Amino acid sequence: MSDLLENKEEAQKLVLEFLQKKSKAKSKFYIKDFYKLFPDDKPRMIKKVINNMVTEEILEYWSSGSTTMYGIKGAGKQSATEGED
Amino acid sequence: MAKHETPLLDQLESGPWPSFVSDMKQQAEVRAKNEANVEFQIPVDCVDDLLGVLELSFKHGRTHWKHGGIVGVFGYGGGVIGRYCDQPNLFPGVEHFHTMRVNQPAGKYYTSEYLRQITKLWDMRGSGMTNMHGATGDIILLGTTTPQLEEVFYELTHNMNQDLGGSGSNLRTPADCLGESRCEYSCYDTNALVHFLTNEFQDELHRPAFPYKFKFKLDGCPNCCVASIARSDMSFIGTWKDDIKIDQDAVNKYVEGDAGYPANAGAHKDRDWGPFDIQKEVIGLCPTGCMKMNGKELEIDNSNCTRCMHCINVMPRALKIGDERGCSILVGAKAPILDGAQMGSLLVPFIEVNPDNDYEAITEVIENVWDWWMEEGKNRERLGELIMRQGFQKILEVTGIEAAPQHVAYPRTNPYIFWKEDEVEGGWERDVDEYRKHHLR
Repeated sequence: MSDLLENKEEAQKLVLEFLQKKSKAKSKFYIKDFYKLFPDDKPRMIKKVINNMVTEEILEYWSSGSTTMYGIKGAGKQSATEGED
Repeated sequence: MAKHETPLLDQLESGPWPSFVSDMKQQAEVRAKNEANVEFQIPVDCVDDLLGVLELSFKHGRTHWKHGGIVGVFGYGGGVIGRYCDQPNLFPGVEHFHTMRVNQPAGKYYTSEYLRQITKLWDMRGSGMTNMHGATGDIILLGTTTPQLEEVFYELTHNMNQDLGGSGSNLRTPADCLGESRCEYSCYDTNALVHFLTNEFQDELHRPAFPYKFKFKLDGCPNCCVASIARSDMSFIGTWKDDIKIDQDAVNKYVEGDAGYPANAGAHKDRDWGPFDIQKEVIGLCPTGCMKMNGKELEIDNSNCTRCMHCINVMPRALKIGDERGCSILVGAKAPILDGAQMGSLLVPFIEVNPDNDYEAITEVIENVWDWWMEEGKNRERLGELIMRQGFQKILEVTGIEAAPQHVAYPRTNPYIFWKEDEVEGGWERDVDEYRKHHLR
């Protein structure tokens, strides 16, 4: 695991900055979108960090039933329009 | 009286088959009467509204459901599929009508007490409608509201020792046949392996990490009752290495038409098919022609047997699976979204199924395949599509499996051979001076 991924705060900050920077264009991201933030790490390590951010309620899952995506908790249209807030 | 008129749905009840419409109407009535005094936590008339929205969809020729959403239970990225009706004013009972997937037990063995518990829970906190079982293998609980999800999850996990299944970009709930628990053909204990894989890969089941869905299915023998070869990204099919065991006396009992030895274990006895003909029904149907009768002795050239199971199925008292048992692993089956449907391709012809070392050989193959797919797979690309894109040679390389004749689906389709540096003597480096001695610039 790289130093960057091992440093929880730095890793989470990087993920959040990436999501916020892209937030005007879209609010949901595939797991692979996060891989390029940690080029020296294996996907299995990266997914642990991303999934921990969901457990800590920083991110949330969006699932179509067949595919799962990630977004900042509460971001995007769905939360408001479907009364999930 | 029904809440909504449903003339189009009513037609579906007119055929000779059992009708899901009749079942739903019955459930709507049960909820309306509520003779069991259930404290319904979601609208009582949700099933009436479900019939109503389905009728409207038939009338309009389009769906009135939106699927997907942020609903789920805390910490889990799967097991709940959001369903919302886009006509909530007409059908308020199904405005939020989410599906829950519940991990079915290995071999789908239940106690009646468990089934009572789960239906009681679902009558109170959901629509009371279930699908036993969904295509993935799970128990499908159809229709509840968002606040009920955590309540149902708590009851399942704390009082019923029961987990949710997989959905989304997760490992899906592994599914198996009954295996050795009921079936003499089974070459390994499918129930034990499915239980192990479910526990071992809990993280992959509940926390999405893959480019898309991934399914394990386990069949105890090549009869493939679970159809794992067609329905799973990684299929484990029981097989054996040594010879089919032959009881020659029993073979002759079949040939003589002994009543205690009915062909196909009596499965087709309701019609008169005439006397059993071993040549026509067994030997002549062997796909590799590896069997023959030598006088009163049945001979099998086991080196040419493809384990099709036909002869064993027809004469189960005479022929038995071998003793050196394990399984084959096939990869890449999928439904026809991209590139058409695919059956699984054989990756490992034989692998030991050994619970004593925690199925080490099998988990090693799984993890190598996942590492490759997670790294190289595009978003929403199934393993079978990645194999098509990068080639079967690539999956052999990442799993460290040497190419064998069994890996060749069609011979002589590709005239090109690409050598790797380590396969060529001297590699790619060459001595330019030595070269120039023979070739002028």
